[in-house]
Formats: sequence, C-alpha cells, structure tokens
Amino acid sequence: MGELLQMKKYNSKSAMQKFDFLLLACSVVLFAAIQAGFSMDLIGSFWKLNIILICINIIMSASLNLINGYTGQFSLGHAGFMAVGAYVSVILTTNFGAPLIAGMVLGGACAAFLGCLIGLPTLRLNGDYLAIATLGLGEIIRIVIMNIEYVGGAAGFTGIPHLTTFPWVFVTMIVTLFFIKNFVNSTHGRACIAVRENEIAAAAMGINITRYKVMAFTIGAAFAGIGGALFAHCFYIINPSSFTFMQSFNFLIMVVMGGLGSLTGSIAGAFVVTALSAALASWPEFRMIIYALALIFLMFYRPQGLFGYVELTAYAPFNKLKFLNKEGGQK
Amino acid sequence: MDFATLFVQQLINGVSLGSIYALIALGYTMIYGIIKLINFAHGDIYMVGAYVGFFAITMMRTSVFPALIISMIITGILGILVERFAYKPLRHAPRLSVLITAIGMSFFLEYGMMYFVSPTPRTFPAAFESSGISLGSFVVNGQQLLIFAITIILMALLTYIVQKTKIGKAMRAVSFDTETAQLMGIDANRVISVTFALGSALAAAAGVLVGIYYNSIDPLMGMMPGIKAFVAAVLGGIGSLPGAMTGGIILGVIEALVSGFISSTFRDAAAFAILILVLLFKPSGLFGTDTQEKV
Repeated sequence: MGELLQMKKYNSKSAMQKFDFLLLACSVVLFAAIQAGFSMDLIGSFWKLNIILICINIIMSASLNLINGYTGQFSLGHAGFMAVGAYVSVILTTNFGAPLIAGMVLGGACAAFLGCLIGLPTLRLNGDYLAIATLGLGEIIRIVIMNIEYVGGAAGFTGIPHLTTFPWVFVTMIVTLFFIKNFVNSTHGRACIAVRENEIAAAAMGINITRYKVMAFTIGAAFAGIGGALFAHCFYIINPSSFTFMQSFNFLIMVVMGGLGSLTGSIAGAFVVTALSAALASWPEFRMIIYALALIFLMFYRPQGLFGYVELTAYAPFNKLKFLNKEGGQK
Repeated sequence: MDFATLFVQQLINGVSLGSIYALIALGYTMIYGIIKLINFAHGDIYMVGAYVGFFAITMMRTSVFPALIISMIITGILGILVERFAYKPLRHAPRLSVLITAIGMSFFLEYGMMYFVSPTPRTFPAAFESSGISLGSFVVNGQQLLIFAITIILMALLTYIVQKTKIGKAMRAVSFDTETAQLMGIDANRVISVTFALGSALAAAAGVLVGIYYNSIDPLMGMMPGIKAFVAAVLGGIGSLPGAMTGGIILGVIEALVSGFISSTFRDAAAFAILILVLLFKPSGLFGTDTQEKV
C-alpha cells in the first residue's frame, strides 16, 4: 500500500529523476566518508572487512527481496545462486587470469541462466512447497559443486586473487539498488507486485504470471551471482560449506528483519544482521542465541520488519523537500 | 560381496535409516496438518531428545528403555512449551512470520544446547548390546533390530491414538477444519498442544535411536535429518500418517542405495532430487489428496 502512495507522489518524471540524483549524491558522500576513514586509518581491518561484507549482503538481500518481497515467491535457495556466481567467477579470474568484472558478469549470467532454468518448473508451486523446493535445489547446486574435482571439491577452491575492494563492492551495490528500484517502479515491477497481491486477480488483468515470476527470479539470481563473485574474491579460499541453506536462511532473515517489499529495509536488515554478528564476534557462544531471540521477538512485536512495504523515502521529512514537489505538480 | 547381497544389505541399512526419518516425519506431518507450519525446529527437538537420552543413560545410569521413555516425556513437554511460547502468540499472524519464528526457534535450540553441552560431539554410550541375526550372508545387527521394533511399536501406538481415541478424533477434526472443530466444542489449543507433544516425543525416540545406532551426537545433528524428514513427509503426502511412514522408509532406502552404489556424497542430493520430482509431478504426494484452489 505504501508503495502505491509513494508512486503517486512522483507523477512527474523530472521529480523522480531529481530524487534519484539526491540519492546518488548521498551515496557519493557516504562513499567518500568511508573511503576517507580507510585512508586515514580510522577504520581498522576488521571493520573494513565487515563494511565490505555489509555491502555484499545488501546486494544479496535486495535481490532476494525482489523475489520474496516484491513478487511474493518464497525462495530459500539464494545461497545456491551465490555459489554459482562465486565459482564461475573464481574459475575465470584464477585459472584464466580474467579481470574481476568479467567474472562478475559471467558469474551473474550463469546464475541467471540457472535461475531461469530452475524457475520455470518450480515457480508453479506456491508457498511452503516452493520454499522447500528452492531449499532443495540450493542444496543440490552445492552438492554438485562439492563433487566437481576441477574446483577443489569439498576442500574448496584455493589461490583466489584478492580482487574485491571497497570501491568495487560499493559501486556494484549502488548499481544493484538502482536497478532493482527502477525495476520495481517499472511496468514489469508493477506486474510483479500485482502477482504478489493476488495471483488470480493479476492473471485476470492480463498479466502473464509465470513470465513475471520467472523474470523476478532470474533477475534475483543474477544479482545473487554477482554478489557471490564479489564474496569469493574477498578471501583467498572459498568452499561449498559457505553456501549451505543456513546461508540462505541468513539472507532471508535480513530481508524479513528489514521488511519485505522495502529496499530501505533490505539495506537496514543487511546492516543490522552483519554488524550485529561482527559486534558479537567476541562472544561466539551468545551470538546465535541473541540472534535467535531477536528474530523471535521481532516476529512477535513487529512482524512486518523494520520497514514493512514502506521505503524510508515515504516518510514525512522527505515529503517536505520542496524542490522535489515543485515541479511534481502535486501540492 | 556380490551385487544381490550388497543390495539386500543396503536395503536393510536403508530401512533402519528410513525408520528414523519416518519417526521424525510423523511429527512434521501432524504439525503441518494441524497448523500449516513447516516446523523447522522439529529437527532440533530430535537433537534435544538424543541429548536427554544421553544424559539419562550416562548420569542416571538407566538402561535403554527407561532412557527412551524419559527422553520422550521431557521432549514432549519441550514441544508443548515451544508451541506455547513461540507459535501460539502468532496463531493468526501471516504464515511467513510463523515460519521465521520457527527458524529462530531452531537456532535458539541449536545454539542454546551448544552453550550448555559444548559444540563437540559426544560418544553415545553403547547401552544396547545385542549380537543381531545373520540371515545367510547378510547381517541385521542388534541396533537395527531395536530400531525396527521401537518404530513399529510407536507407529502402532500413534495410529491407535489418532484413530481410536477421543483426542485422536479431535486431532483429525482440527486438522480438517479448525474453525468448524472449535464450533463443535473442541478446544483447538489443547489439541495443538497434544499434537506437538506427540510429534516431539516421536522425534525424541528417533534421537535416542540414532544415538544408539551411530554412537555420536552433537548439537547440530538435527539440521539435515530435520529437512530430510520434511522431504519424507512431502513424499508421502503432507498431513497423512501412513504417508509419512512410507515416505520416510522410501527415502531411507533410496539414500542407502545411492550411497552404496553411487557415492555417499550424493545421498543428500538424491533426497532433494526426489523432493523436487514429487513436487513437480505429484505435489500431493503418494497418499495425499488433491485440493482445488478456489477463487
């Protein structure tokens, strides 16, 4: 509901463009601030790694949100697509000396292809059955990778060049967020939201529901692959156990904690979950207990998550930004 | 060993593994049938059952059967408590919230247990000594016999409770249509509690039996079997008790055959491949009934 109201606010194209520039300017400032923090040694290597992980997790949770939150298809196999992107990209960069961008593009493409292939039959299922089927498929991907000797099997792939840098992840994250934001606000994205709200009504309005479900699933998988490529080049080794269904649960928790159908929520969820687990790293025995309790109590008291179906930009202070509404024609 | 002998031996191993899955799957299918929740914490209830059995044998020095009963009672109570505190407040919440709570509960049980008993695996005492029987060239060992016997007894008991007693009739009614059942004077909350108690007790029995069979237990042992048991429940048709029993045994046999003849690393993949095939071609499972979606 919040989104529909939000759409009404920008009924002129130029207002929306201006808003995009504002967001972009904010992200440039944020980037400069963090980069300055790195170069002046204000941020130690532990937090530097965690900031990179937060950015990757934002890519993962935003792409999962497109599937789970905007299209309403409950997928639990996101780690599988991440694994595909990770392995394809490390083969390219490590064995063939390709640059990171090539690995990201091809990794994303392979994950998208697989997503489309898996999505076509399974997206006919709904609710819990889809959840458990995608969970199973994610595990199958992992087990198949574990049995390929070429990529090191269960022991993992070693000798990966350390190519993921903060500028890379930050730029990719911004591109991902803008892509998903614009997709959701496009005709196709509206169709996806219609599918979420009521499949039968959407079909009656002439929306090809299978097409939009598969479209959202494929795009989500593509970004998961890109996220996987970035994740793989953070460390010198990856192994299949980094991509179990626990990891998919983790992304799901970020999405739900932040709020389904809200990109601001995905950012907040990825930030809170990653920062929390980093902050509690010194008490490993309590970390997961606190995490579990936080999850249960969140569902009791705020089941829609921090920003359920609402973007931060829909809140009052943003509506008061005069220059946005001046040409918007809505007084 | 020739092919036929190996095949029969794997079949025996498969049925004993499958009995474990069947016991866990019964709880899944009952809980799903009654509140439409994939109880992700069910696998961890099974883990708690194994630990209670372990402490009953090592600290209280009981033999296997009292340990099994103590474990079933304590874990049954735990099942009721989990439902009361985590799922009952969300009875009318969206399905996703309850599912996330179940995942949270699963983490809570796993890591709470890890805090109390340390993450290192423990050796389950060899409390059950039996020579087993050898039939020609293949062997059914004592633990396997124990698993078969206990599983058959528990399944018979459960079938009796569900089909012949008043509470069983109430369970079937609530599972069929909760609101109508309540209008007929059935206390749905009590029935749901009983369902959780029964399901958890069966999982606890499976936990103790696995401890005896594999001799090793750890706080994360419930993750995979939990998901596999759900696969078994879907295979048999969710909500159907004979379905869960058959589904569990079929899954166990297929896994044993895959690890015996192809490679043990592919056994988990086989389980999930079956799940996906079942979902695509017969989503209602072997014993399920088809439902039509109405506008």
